[in-house]
Amino acid sequence: MLVHPWLMREVIRLVRRGRTVELSGFHPRTTLLDWLRLSERSTGTKEGCAEGDCGACTVVLRRMRGGEAVVEPVNACILFLGQADGAEVLTVEDLAAADGTLHPVQQAMVDTHGSQCGFCTPGIVMSLFALHETAPGPADRQAVDDALAGNLCRCTGYRPIADAAMKACGPEKAAPRAMPALPADAAEDVFVGDERSFFAAPASEASLSKLYAKHPDAVLVAGATDVGLWATKALQDLPKLIWLGRVADLDAVREDGHVLELGATLSHARALPLLAGLDPDLGELMRRFGSVQVRASGTVGGNIANGSPIGDLAPALIALGSEVELRRGDKIRRVPMENFFIAYRQQDRQPGEFVRAIRINRPGPGHSFRCFKVSKRFDEDISAVMGAFHFVIAGEGADRVIRSARIAYGGMAGIPKRAALAESALIGAPLADQGAWGFALEAIVGDFSPLSDQRASASYRLRVARNLLLKALTEIAGAPTSRTRIVGHRPLEAAHGG
Amino acid sequence: MAADLPGDGLTRAEGSGKPARPPERHAPRPAEDGPAHVHRAYPHDSAHLHVQGAAAYLDDLREPEGTLHVAVGMSPKARGRIVSMDLSAVEAAPGVVRVVTAADIPGRNDISPALGDETLLAADTVAFHGQAVFAVAATTRDAARRAARLGRIEIAEETPSVSVDDAERRGETVLPDYAFGRGDVEAALGASPRRLEGRLRIGGQEHFYLEGQAALAIPGEDGEILVHSSTQHPTEVQHVVARVLGIADAQVTCEVRRMGGAFGGKESQATQWAALAALAARVTGRPCKVRLDRDDDFALTGKRHDFRVDYRLGFHEDGRLDAYSVDFLARCGHSADLSQGVVDRTMFHADNSYFLPAARIASRRLKTNTVSNTAFRGFGGPQGMLAIEKALDDVARVTGRDPLDVRLANLYAPGRDVTPYGMEVEETDTLHAIVTRLAETSRYRDRRAEIDAFNGAGGWLRKGLALTPVKFGISFTLTHLNQAGALVHVYTDGSVQLNHGGTEMGQGLYRKVAQVVAEEFGIDLAKVRITATSTGKVPNTSPTAASAGSDLNGMAAKVAAGTIRARMAGVAAALWGVGEDTIRFRDNLVFAGNESMSFADLARAAHQQRVQLSATGFYRTPSITWDRARATGRPFYYFAYGAACAEIVVDTLTGENRVTRVDILHDVGASLNPAIDIGQIEGGFVQGMGWLTTEELVYAPDGRLLTHAPATYKIPVSSDVPADFRTLLYPNSARADTIYRSKAVGEPPLMLANCVFCAIADALASLNPGEPVPLDAPATPEAILKAAVELGGGR
Repeated sequence: MLVHPWLMREVIRLVRRGRTVELSGFHPRTTLLDWLRLSERSTGTKEGCAEGDCGACTVVLRRMRGGEAVVEPVNACILFLGQADGAEVLTVEDLAAADGTLHPVQQAMVDTHGSQCGFCTPGIVMSLFALHETAPGPADRQAVDDALAGNLCRCTGYRPIADAAMKACGPEKAAPRAMPALPADAAEDVFVGDERSFFAAPASEASLSKLYAKHPDAVLVAGATDVGLWATKALQDLPKLIWLGRVADLDAVREDGHVLELGATLSHARALPLLAGLDPDLGELMRRFGSVQVRASGTVGGNIANGSPIGDLAPALIALGSEVELRRGDKIRRVPMENFFIAYRQQDRQPGEFVRAIRINRPGPGHSFRCFKVSKRFDEDISAVMGAFHFVIAGEGADRVIRSARIAYGGMAGIPKRAALAESALIGAPLADQGAWGFALEAIVGDFSPLSDQRASASYRLRVARNLLLKALTEIAGAPTSRTRIVGHRPLEAAHGG
Repeated sequence: MAADLPGDGLTRAEGSGKPARPPERHAPRPAEDGPAHVHRAYPHDSAHLHVQGAAAYLDDLREPEGTLHVAVGMSPKARGRIVSMDLSAVEAAPGVVRVVTAADIPGRNDISPALGDETLLAADTVAFHGQAVFAVAATTRDAARRAARLGRIEIAEETPSVSVDDAERRGETVLPDYAFGRGDVEAALGASPRRLEGRLRIGGQEHFYLEGQAALAIPGEDGEILVHSSTQHPTEVQHVVARVLGIADAQVTCEVRRMGGAFGGKESQATQWAALAALAARVTGRPCKVRLDRDDDFALTGKRHDFRVDYRLGFHEDGRLDAYSVDFLARCGHSADLSQGVVDRTMFHADNSYFLPAARIASRRLKTNTVSNTAFRGFGGPQGMLAIEKALDDVARVTGRDPLDVRLANLYAPGRDVTPYGMEVEETDTLHAIVTRLAETSRYRDRRAEIDAFNGAGGWLRKGLALTPVKFGISFTLTHLNQAGALVHVYTDGSVQLNHGGTEMGQGLYRKVAQVVAEEFGIDLAKVRITATSTGKVPNTSPTAASAGSDLNGMAAKVAAGTIRARMAGVAAALWGVGEDTIRFRDNLVFAGNESMSFADLARAAHQQRVQLSATGFYRTPSITWDRARATGRPFYYFAYGAACAEIVVDTLTGENRVTRVDILHDVGASLNPAIDIGQIEGGFVQGMGWLTTEELVYAPDGRLLTHAPATYKIPVSSDVPADFRTLLYPNSARADTIYRSKAVGEPPLMLANCVFCAIADALASLNPGEPVPLDAPATPEAILKAAVELGGGR
């Protein structure tokens, strides 16, 4: 298999403890965690769940992006080894100085009695190390909670860990440690394996589309925050993996006054500030989306292409009005996002076709947006119901009229879906018309027949979907969020607060 | 004075020999000096290793060459007869060395703690979905897991009993019904001015120890086997492995250095994986390791018992109870496991901290086709206590009184201080002081007024406040388990090795016991080397459970160290010609009058004089008796007390909620290690909070557990813990003669979290004052919204 024989690398390269390590001959589905524990025999990093939820396997990847070295914590248990290509891999064994002096986050964890059984501790230390290296200023409790949302501890109750974090990452924080320069990365395609079984990392869209056209049975991997579980839980063979993380410009951000275009491989972490800029509720949604580790690996395009019925991003983007841009061979097309989802786990995507970008309409003046994520636990939980509401309001004060309404839900059907009946009950109605609200609320029952599952019952989902619409309307009509929400309070009179 | 010992290196106050180091002068410390090592906040013994990834857990141990990895083939049905098994594809899978079934068991196919009702590998019938039916040993863990999924097991399926109600309809139990009580409850109910009845459903809880179940079995010569197991109960692992292999206990050694959490989940239920590894090692002749995948661990291992509780109350207008009649219906799963003791403890704690003039406390241990429920921190106590807190809340609602006033009216007090099972509550003053002091320091009354004002304004968000007490009985209720052994060696350089029957699961037991030994010898803590728990060193041990680890093992180690110290004191007394009772051990020195020498020098001198520097210690808890058949005696050595106050806010549109402040005042006697104890209190509280809020076990009608991984089973994360979290130790000293007058701390704090459940109910009560709040546990957003709607206040 030679895509560009003159620009081909048949090993992956990563940096460990100052040395460049070249690897080949591994099964494509080998995880970074298994490589660390079973091959390198670095057993400090633990497996707690093998599905990216507990964080015991957290390691830090350091890689060059846009000419700068960036530091990101990731879940090694569901990260394929090949995805570490081009990165320095830092594990819990690597933080103490050569003379045995502990890193400030390690010392703080000892001083505050932040470990009990100690099994989650390596992951917590690495998450706090990443916070220590990357936080722009002193970390407050909110920042610490966000940094730790992907790390479960069953012993301590977190208080001493939060204390350790604020001690090590607070105002007295030591300077980030000097880290060696990373080797420059040539823009070559990577292909490890053979025609029957390979881990490939094409470097350009042209290489990707050619390779994928040849191997339409290959699995495309962006962040592997879902595909990783196909390997560790479903025990799928996954002989052919194409990782998108090296494709140049597939993570590009393009903006104009009307549209924000996010390249398919842009991570949630990098998308977060851009989405928060559209509306504070989107920022809050992304803050609660997965965890720092999941957001560092997972991508906007992957979340959409994966087509999960409970993916949190899709309802919000559908409500805003978004398109999915796809490419197959040289052919590029755009689909409204609500049409991209056809049925449960089925999308409008042809064999060999890949998601290239997501194009989001910016809410303008007169637009009001709200989204609410309802889950058993606030942080790092999949929604029972996710509701997103986008209204264009005309007029002033008591004369405000709903000109258009886009309402979309996750968790209410096999796909993220608009509430067509509720929308039509509101379009044209005065914003203050409680009668129209009532019709819209009752229309939800006609829009959806959700399932009961381990997250929630159908009746709860219907009731909450209705109540979220009520909450959105009430807030847009002027109620302060201090009286309507427990978390994610909006600044008073936010940009598009209506 | 034996000043003529040549070259003995002794340091003497008036040196005449050839001291190894310059003579040191130490005036004896005044007697009023407090202890040097106990009551101090040392870090966990492995803290410096934890933070560097250098603490080795079972799966981190370097595997002997040729180690095989074992995966479990699981039942596809919850109840039925095994008709056939086709394992040919398993055998043919890449990497597979051996498939193991019940037919390969040379001894007894029995892993139960007592009753013989639980198999290692199912032979004829299956009793829950996922039950281990066969195992496969392969060259890698990945190969074993993939192969295990290729088995075809045909089951003649029967309708399973999944819920308590299913089992009640069928009338199937794992153990006989049991009840005790006091007085004529029906008469007392009839005579009471007011009555109410209620029902509370209480969910179970997955332990979610971060380190899953694991064991490594290494065959030795002549039928011996060494088993590394992540277990709270090495002795039971030893016994079960011997039973399954049909060999003597003495041929099996079980060792555990540390666990990555356990919480009761590795008390009886670590044995199966150790026995499976041992069986595979026996039939293959190679070392074999079992490490369960997280999802399999959820499916294969027991959890906290879930309950349906039906209760009736008789009470006065001021909230005082006359009578309490309660039926505890426990979902035990398919076998008895530890359900006798667990549900007994539910009954022992049905009173929590409240005097019940007349009581009828009954229980059923229902058999369901679900995994066998087991020990979990609190061991049944939390469910008994939550039920009466809910009942008292009902009284408060219907009488219109503040729930705290109802609680205060019923607290044990002088003259009202005997439990329904006849044991006197000796520290009613402590209980009362904790509750009233916490009410003051938490500003309960002021905040009650603030919350009433907030809720009075209407709106979707409602606030709630609750303060609940804890009284928890300390001792195994199976009396013979209240014993412990220790083994202490002093080496001639003055360093010490410590071993005891307790296991380290993160709770800091190893550190606490080491502090006791350092105290006895008056040496630095760093000189006390902690060694892995092993059945080869201290035999016939009890599980590390029932919060009793420090009480039992601390005492046993103190006895062992005390024995050696007395011998060493004898040597020093002879050397100096003084009485043994004048010898003091402190600051790495031994001294009497103006004489002193280093501890190491004395150890060397003792060795020279052929004095034994190794000793065992043994301890059994005094004063306890319990006659279960007659329901009389004193099951507990003492009670530990505490109280907590939580404030929460609830969104009545969605049921979402958040704890905004927690205040805790807890009694650990004279703490052996305040840092470790505070860690236990806070950690226990948060674990209990998870049990009562976000942690929900959902079973499908066919018996499958649907919440089998952290993606669907939600334990608390950092943001669930309020930033305003105030924990204080109640200044106290145990009245019982415990180790340095400390009190047990492992389990009692879990039940402090009952206040979170009560605070959520309190918020909902504002929707319809006067009505009991129909809230079940866990109070998930869905459960909260349902209760709000039933109260007529939700939308």
